[in-house]
Amino acid sequence: MSKQVALLQGNEACALGAIYAGCDFFGGYPITPSTEVAEEMALMLPRSGGKFIQMEDEIAGIGTVLGAAAAGAKAMTATSGPGFSLMMELLGYGCMAELPCVIVNVQRGGPSTGLPTKGAQADMLQARWGTHGDHQAIALCPSSIEECFTQTVKCFNLAERFRMPVLLMMDEFIGHMREKMTIPQPGELETYTHPRPKIKPAEYRHFGEGTGVGGAYAAMGSGYRFNITGLTHDPKGFPTNRADETKWKMDRLRAKVADHLPELTEVEREFMDDAEIVIFSYGAAARTAQQAVREARAQGVKAGLLRPTVVWPFPDQVVTEALRQARAMVVAELNQGQMILEVERANRTHTRVLPALRYDGEMITPAEVMNVIAEAAR
Amino acid sequence: MSKRHEIRLSGSGGQGMITAGVILAEAAGVYDGQNVVQSQSYGPEARGGASKAEVIISDQEIHFTKATAIDILLAMTQEAWDKYSHDLKSDGVAVVDSFYVKEVDRPGVHKLPLAQMARQEVGIEMVANIIALGAIAGITKVVTRESLEKAVMSRIPKGTEDKNRQALEIGFRLAAGV
Amino acid sequence: MKIHPAYEMLRPDKNFPNVWCPGCGHGIVQGAIIRAVQKLGLDRDEMAMVSGIGCSSRMPVYCDFNSLHTAHGRAIAFATGVKLHNPKLHVIVITGDGDALAIGGNHFIHAARRNVEMTVVLMNNMIYGMTGGQYSPTTPIGKRASTAPYGTAERDFDPCSLAKAAGAVFAARGTVYNAAELEKLITQALAKKGFALVEAVSPCPTLYGRLNREGNAVKMMQWQKENTVNVKAAEKLPPEKVRGKIVTGVFHDAETPGYTEIYDRVIAKARGA
Repeated sequence: MSKQVALLQGNEACALGAIYAGCDFFGGYPITPSTEVAEEMALMLPRSGGKFIQMEDEIAGIGTVLGAAAAGAKAMTATSGPGFSLMMELLGYGCMAELPCVIVNVQRGGPSTGLPTKGAQADMLQARWGTHGDHQAIALCPSSIEECFTQTVKCFNLAERFRMPVLLMMDEFIGHMREKMTIPQPGELETYTHPRPKIKPAEYRHFGEGTGVGGAYAAMGSGYRFNITGLTHDPKGFPTNRADETKWKMDRLRAKVADHLPELTEVEREFMDDAEIVIFSYGAAARTAQQAVREARAQGVKAGLLRPTVVWPFPDQVVTEALRQARAMVVAELNQGQMILEVERANRTHTRVLPALRYDGEMITPAEVMNVIAEAAR
Repeated sequence: MSKRHEIRLSGSGGQGMITAGVILAEAAGVYDGQNVVQSQSYGPEARGGASKAEVIISDQEIHFTKATAIDILLAMTQEAWDKYSHDLKSDGVAVVDSFYVKEVDRPGVHKLPLAQMARQEVGIEMVANIIALGAIAGITKVVTRESLEKAVMSRIPKGTEDKNRQALEIGFRLAAGV
Repeated sequence: MKIHPAYEMLRPDKNFPNVWCPGCGHGIVQGAIIRAVQKLGLDRDEMAMVSGIGCSSRMPVYCDFNSLHTAHGRAIAFATGVKLHNPKLHVIVITGDGDALAIGGNHFIHAARRNVEMTVVLMNNMIYGMTGGQYSPTTPIGKRASTAPYGTAERDFDPCSLAKAAGAVFAARGTVYNAAELEKLITQALAKKGFALVEAVSPCPTLYGRLNREGNAVKMMQWQKENTVNVKAAEKLPPEKVRGKIVTGVFHDAETPGYTEIYDRVIAKARGA
């Protein structure tokens, strides 16, 4: 069969990626600019025997997703700012109860109702810190239509492997943009499904092995009767408030991300070998940054680009190293300065860090980034 | 063609500007093998009021995703012209609907009876967007006729093939007369 | 030693004694549920017990089923996901008056509207027990709570009417005093293929009883005994004789296809298309 090249919207590519990854459940609530993800899933899921349900609100949306995940589904929801805010409590539930699922946030301008039809990247820190309590986050950020597809697949793989909600932080620019892409053939991209336990049910501990990353775990209804709770619990899933068991659980949740940082570090580098001015950018804004880097090079400025595709956990080591190498770093993002705080945190060398920000609902332009590059080069 | 073409299709909500943008992008990207990025303005303005779709076509990789220096502009209404013609390049090509757009503040604008031909020859004004695509392709050669026809056929509702093929034909005829 | 018949359905290790106060009615509801499950011969591996937050919602951890203790108000949303993904599971939602009707009210009515196949056992003690006695959507007007020191100014919900109006196929009320009737109602509900509600009126002597001077657990049970009227008898009585009493029995029993059954038709249509 010849490869299928299609013109796709980011939201459509995300939905196609989900189906490719084996998603068999979608629960959500319509919200601009993410709705096309739900519409595509409503169309495609029943064809493969999967289930789609439009719930009464976003809380119910993520609630069904977590319930389906507990019953063994590869489940997903998609939303935007206001809905993402509503999902925050249950995002934490997913972390605590170690339920794999994918949450897509097609970011729009905020706060509150903000700019429903215009893009932003202003939920980046909410993705990391929005739910209460100490917890880890895994979040990916696509910069192209093709990445909307491939990163959705990766989100499912990571969710299954790390047993936690994984966030795809899209934005309206990418979600509603169309580009052509070659649809991957079955088997072309890795799709991971967690192993199911083989031991006797009596010996099964739902939260038993190490950090649980890459391990086997059971679904409700598979013959292993276990307890899931949002309360702090012991390895069997039974509630506890004992200090030692609490520490065990909290350390487990931290370690599953903290002990796997190399696997979770994914940064695209462009022109970095001799870069003196490094641009740090992600998602839709990175497209502008890619243009700006090339224009800067054309003008003789040694510019380079760091584009994390996994934004949480933050690629500390890569950024620290880049800051050591660079004369200055320009952080281009569509908010009032969010990931720049992480860049500054990773800055061990007092390297100059300059913001190139836009937060009026419009895309930052190469000229705007060039201005900051020029300032950085001075 | 070894350059970046920025095309803006503008009109009022309901005139099929987004559909036209998608068709143009599909023609250039999927059938002509170019790189394309297509985007649009959504929101209240897409429910009436001025609406626009933008297509960037290039044989190089497209990084920056927005159109800021327009090579080809279509304006189907006066409001769209007033709102969206400001960043048309001095050597850019402008096609406007001669019935709805009366005042243009630059020379060399192609005033074509897009809506009128749709009404009179095809019988429905709805296909004016397809006539416009034919005219733009005919004048600028930004996509091939063959690819445009394929893209139109893949994106229109079943049962409307004949009317759309006719519309495309009218568009190319108008271009030939330019 | 004689083993209690309910024992095989319990998780004795680590989880007992339970969190419920002496005199709380929730244990009686749990007993009635277990007996109903045993009576119907349901497979424990195919039982999914899903709860929210509150005193009643602690029940799943004590039952040796597939158990999912979720967030406050959200049990029905989670349960909808469980049921849709694996329709073979018998889903029992364990909830309370605050959990189901205040914070979870929207999920309650929409799951009833969709007729998602689940048995909702709503333990109604007319108060928030776990947080210390605040008033709930079923606290009768004028009754005291820690957040209503002068008596509530709010009217109360009738969960059975609400469920019926929203589209449930089954709505019934029982009391923990009449555990045999309660067991029967739960058995009926479990056999339904749709959204089935059993409201179990359960006394909270620790908070509701104390704040409203209704006496200890025994007195509250006594009150239930003396102030319960069956729905059939109540229909024949003048309204003033029913006012202030607990009306028990089946209020609504209908046959409408359940959500997963209808969704199977959607799948068939999608595959045929």
